[in-house]
Amino acid sequence: MKNGSTLAAPSLPVTVTRKPDLRTYGGWLAVAVVMALLPHVPGLNADFGHSLLSQMGIAAVFALSYNMLLGQTGLLSFGHAVYFGLGGYAAIHLMRAINHGLPIPMPLVPLAGAAAGLLSGILFGAVSTRRAGTIFALISLGIGELVYASTFMLPALFGGEEGITANRTRAPALFGLTLGSQLEVYYVIAVWALIAAMLMRAFTRTPLGRMCNAVRDNPERAEFIGYNAQHVRFFAFAFAGMFAGLAGGLHAINYEIVAADAIGAQRSGTVLLMAYIGGVTHFAGPVVGAITLTWLQTSLSAYTGAWLLYIGLFFMAIILFAPSGLAGLIAMHRAIVRTRAFPAVLASYFVALVPALAMGAGAVLLIEMCFRVSTEAERGTQLRFLAVALDLSTPWPWIGAAGLLIVGFAAFRAKRGRVVAAWARATDEVAVERTHP
Amino acid sequence: MLELTAVSLLNGVVYGLLLFMLTSGLTLIFSMMGVLNFAHASVFMLGAYFSFQFGRWVGFWPALVLAPLACGLIGAAIERYGLRRVHPKGHVAEILFTFGLAYLIEEVVTMLWGRNAVANNVPEIIDFSLFTLFGTSFPAYKGLMMAISVAMFIGLYQGLKRTRIGLIIQAALTHPQMVGALGHDVPGLFVLVFAIGSALAGLAGVIGGFMWLTQPTLAHFVGPIVFVVVVVGGLGSLAGALIASMFIGILQTFAVAVDSSLLDLLRVFGVAVDRKSPFYELYSIKVATAAPIVPYLLLVLMLIVRPRGILGTRDV
Repeated sequence: MKNGSTLAAPSLPVTVTRKPDLRTYGGWLAVAVVMALLPHVPGLNADFGHSLLSQMGIAAVFALSYNMLLGQTGLLSFGHAVYFGLGGYAAIHLMRAINHGLPIPMPLVPLAGAAAGLLSGILFGAVSTRRAGTIFALISLGIGELVYASTFMLPALFGGEEGITANRTRAPALFGLTLGSQLEVYYVIAVWALIAAMLMRAFTRTPLGRMCNAVRDNPERAEFIGYNAQHVRFFAFAFAGMFAGLAGGLHAINYEIVAADAIGAQRSGTVLLMAYIGGVTHFAGPVVGAITLTWLQTSLSAYTGAWLLYIGLFFMAIILFAPSGLAGLIAMHRAIVRTRAFPAVLASYFVALVPALAMGAGAVLLIEMCFRVSTEAERGTQLRFLAVALDLSTPWPWIGAAGLLIVGFAAFRAKRGRVVAAWARATDEVAVERTHP
Repeated sequence: MLELTAVSLLNGVVYGLLLFMLTSGLTLIFSMMGVLNFAHASVFMLGAYFSFQFGRWVGFWPALVLAPLACGLIGAAIERYGLRRVHPKGHVAEILFTFGLAYLIEEVVTMLWGRNAVANNVPEIIDFSLFTLFGTSFPAYKGLMMAISVAMFIGLYQGLKRTRIGLIIQAALTHPQMVGALGHDVPGLFVLVFAIGSALAGLAGVIGGFMWLTQPTLAHFVGPIVFVVVVVGGLGSLAGALIASMFIGILQTFAVAVDSSLLDLLRVFGVAVDRKSPFYELYSIKVATAAPIVPYLLLVLMLIVRPRGILGTRDV
């Protein structure tokens, strides 16, 4: 491709970050150790824990690949699941071939997913990266719907509603790995997730990765210094597709089935939520988001039918009040943790916590009661909430919940000033230290 | 053949007019504020639910007025208390906000009316056959819908062209900064346009609730199509939205009715494709099966080839 030379031009100024040293490798080593030990931690050391960890690993790779677009290049995609799903289909077809005697070890299957993701990323990226912003968002939405609808037209390739199944254990063993247990599957996913995360981290430090940031922030300027913004977007898109395809391949190994829902808009929306809730401005943000949301999905859904509503509220709260996501919140606190005003910040949190809890309890109670009445009417009007028995046929629980919500909200607003003031003092202190070290 | 064409054409026009009702509001919102309002289809769904609920309480005709009003109020609140807050953070934040809102509205609707479709039946007063065409009867509520849709187009068109506020809105569609510099209350105008757009979506919802099932997935079902119409029609153009709606409505209705495939076309030219040939499955797809992808194909092609749409004045 003709722009290859422009991108690699050595004379162009590129911010050089510090060379990877012991600290960098030490960080990755620590992550690897934690990932190796996690499935033996009490609470996660059974099949449920192993499958939860496997899901988190897959989601983390997928969310990181999404953030190559949104966080790094500023491309808001509503169809990223296309590459995940196509990667998954490629992997599941390869698994079927292996089941029929193709001599390839199962743990290498995700590479087929990555290849399919890369190919489809190149194909669709060529037509969709000419413009960023709203046009890109709309094209990604259109391509997502297009590919999803097409899967039902080609049942031999995509298996229609039921999807395509394969068996991960009927394959030549690699180092004695047969993928018979969920633990082995987890380790395969963990290794691939670590490799993918390291590669994606490395990508952010390449000249191309830096140009992605430039194109995100000011495409005009990037073009003035001689880069083609469309080509930069295209490369970011293709690589994001590749890692999404890898995640899809891991999905295929984990579930041994890939169906149309792997491509659908729902999954594209979920990965957007994960990346954004975690925080798109930090590299590890999407990982935080993927872990949090996967955990919420499995744990909340066991307790309440309204879990999607809670996740939606959580998402809205992040958009309105913490646009840099959970990782951003953590980073904000790390900046002030050494200041003298930090104890006052913590104290103000505790003061605001009581009304916030009251408000939250009121809201949760109202939601739970509404859900019981409208979606699970057959379970009757008796509801247990935090060990309190409530009879929904009387008005009292409703009045009580609404009262809690309103009083809590009013008290929270009154106490909010204290938090804001404490924060202002802490950030002032940081600013003073920066100017007078 | 004539029978099929006539019935399909009629159904296509009905579908197209409903699409126009649904998208006319979004066209205004999108062209003026540049916000891809993902919650628009959700407001449409709220309109269907409100009409069902109000219809039970006070009857159909009052509900026909109250449901859009309620949707308009909700739209104004969304703009005033939500979008305006995220506006300084840029378009991505705005799109994400409406995306989250669509997600929330679906869950709130589930919370209030349950997961299954509600019995949103056509009220008796408009549940009769208007005329019969080739043995297919044409229900009166579809006639009402067509009348409302046409009235909506004429009303909006005249309102934008003839009234003072319409002229200001028109100016703000293309030059919001200049309109603000001339001393007009552009944020107030945004609230007004958002409210009107949402009310129109609500009105479409009242009728759409009869044509489709009133259930929490309704918004998801119509959502993407709405964007197709807006993009194909072109930014800031009501006439474009009407043309695009009719075009897509008729195209999709006809595509669904055609029960042949590429294979049949090849056979006409004397080419027979072997079952074992590699792309046999691709050739044997029936046009009717491919109908769902037609609008999205149109969307993607339009954005690549002509991002300003049929009658748009500027790019998306």
